[in-house]
Amino acid sequence: MTTVVPRAWLNWLGIPPWVWNPLSVSLRAASEATIVVAVVGTALGYILATGRWPGRGAIETVCSLPMALPPTVVGYYLLTRLGGPGPIRTAEVDLLGHPLTFSFHGIVIAQIVESFPYCLRLSRAAISDVDPRLANTARVMGLTRARVALLVTLPLARRGIVAGVALAFGRALGDFGATMIISGSVPMATTMPIALYDAIIDGTHHQAMVLALVQLGVAFTILLGVSRLGRVRAW
Amino acid sequence: MTAALEVAVTRHIGTFTLDVSFRVDSGTSVLFGPSGTGKSLTLALIAGLIRPDTGTISISGRVVTDCARRIDVTPQDRRIGMVFQDGLLLPHRSVIDNVALAVRQVKGRRARRTVARSWLERVGAAGLADRRPATLSGGQRQRVALARGLAGDPSLVLLDEPLSALDLEVRREMRAAIREVITSSGVPAVLVTHDAEEAEELGDVIIAYDDGRVTGTRPVARTESPERRDDDSHRTESA
Repeated sequence: MTTVVPRAWLNWLGIPPWVWNPLSVSLRAASEATIVVAVVGTALGYILATGRWPGRGAIETVCSLPMALPPTVVGYYLLTRLGGPGPIRTAEVDLLGHPLTFSFHGIVIAQIVESFPYCLRLSRAAISDVDPRLANTARVMGLTRARVALLVTLPLARRGIVAGVALAFGRALGDFGATMIISGSVPMATTMPIALYDAIIDGTHHQAMVLALVQLGVAFTILLGVSRLGRVRAW
Repeated sequence: MTAALEVAVTRHIGTFTLDVSFRVDSGTSVLFGPSGTGKSLTLALIAGLIRPDTGTISISGRVVTDCARRIDVTPQDRRIGMVFQDGLLLPHRSVIDNVALAVRQVKGRRARRTVARSWLERVGAAGLADRRPATLSGGQRQRVALARGLAGDPSLVLLDEPLSALDLEVRREMRAAIREVITSSGVPAVLVTHDAEEAEELGDVIIAYDDGRVTGTRPVARTESPERRDDDSHRTESA
């Protein structure tokens, strides 16, 4: 995977490749995973919160399983489902030119699965908290169901949804177990937590300390920024 | 003459059964009775927010609900305006946006806002256009809700206890405003209340409710001020 920041800039900033490479993989994978999770998780959260049909609880429970399962179990199932011989692996190769396992895309998939429940549960709860009479009022005013969702319910549930997306991003950024199992420690597909693990195993304590500090700083900065975004007054 | 509204429905909710049949022509009809007798449920059925178990509902001759023929027009396609007890303004939108969202008869944000502004003027709330609902008093909220209920050029406006959350003084003031605006708009209205004085003052016809049934219908006798009689003659002409 290539870095979008010119090498000379990194040298000038004094950022060594053993920090930048895993950091850029982590940020890019977590961003891509979060975009998918934000869209699908919020949409499913809306359907679960506003629909009245049997099986809603079962769907939410299945989608929430990664919260309760050890990440290694999630990684194991992803590895065996996506990496084992069969039509799924064939489709992966046809589509991407390589299997998902031990690749950057495998990391994104693992992070999607791990972070999805956080976005789903928080957005579902936030949407459930919106007074349904407001949506009814909007429908009587002439708004279609889609416009009610976009103009009334989702804006009013915005804080919970933003919190869910922020948590999902944090979870994706910090995932170790599932990512480790599906990607191993392939160069250029190594995330920050895996790089830190490698540094500890290799006994390079200075690198481990720096990598840990960088992760602490990045997580703190991003989550603080997103939570501030959620506090912006909407009414 | 085509009725503004014809209702003949039943609906069971737990042990409660609503079984009502009535017809509304022009002017304001009041569903009057104690709390828990199915008045607000009737409005929800008319608005299409709840489906009846059996029966039909027609608005200006158009069948919007017919259980036997499986007709169930969506709430957004019934051309109804609605005013709730606590206004239910969208809290994240300005007053003008709240009203403009209900405008269906013109296209484009600017045109909708122009219509919305004219309705805010008619209800005496022009100065509130840029305010947020959370900054309004109860009476101001209901004025805006009334403007919103009428701004979409509805065939029928439903008012669900619009004054019951207000102080006595504001309530008197709002009664006059509602009567004036509804009358001048010429839109038939159905108002729910359990306040006898309010029913007499605002209604042209009172439909009495008790335990999920209509127990009687009577016109309101007008005996007050000449100004009020003028209002009535205007309504007869517009009808």
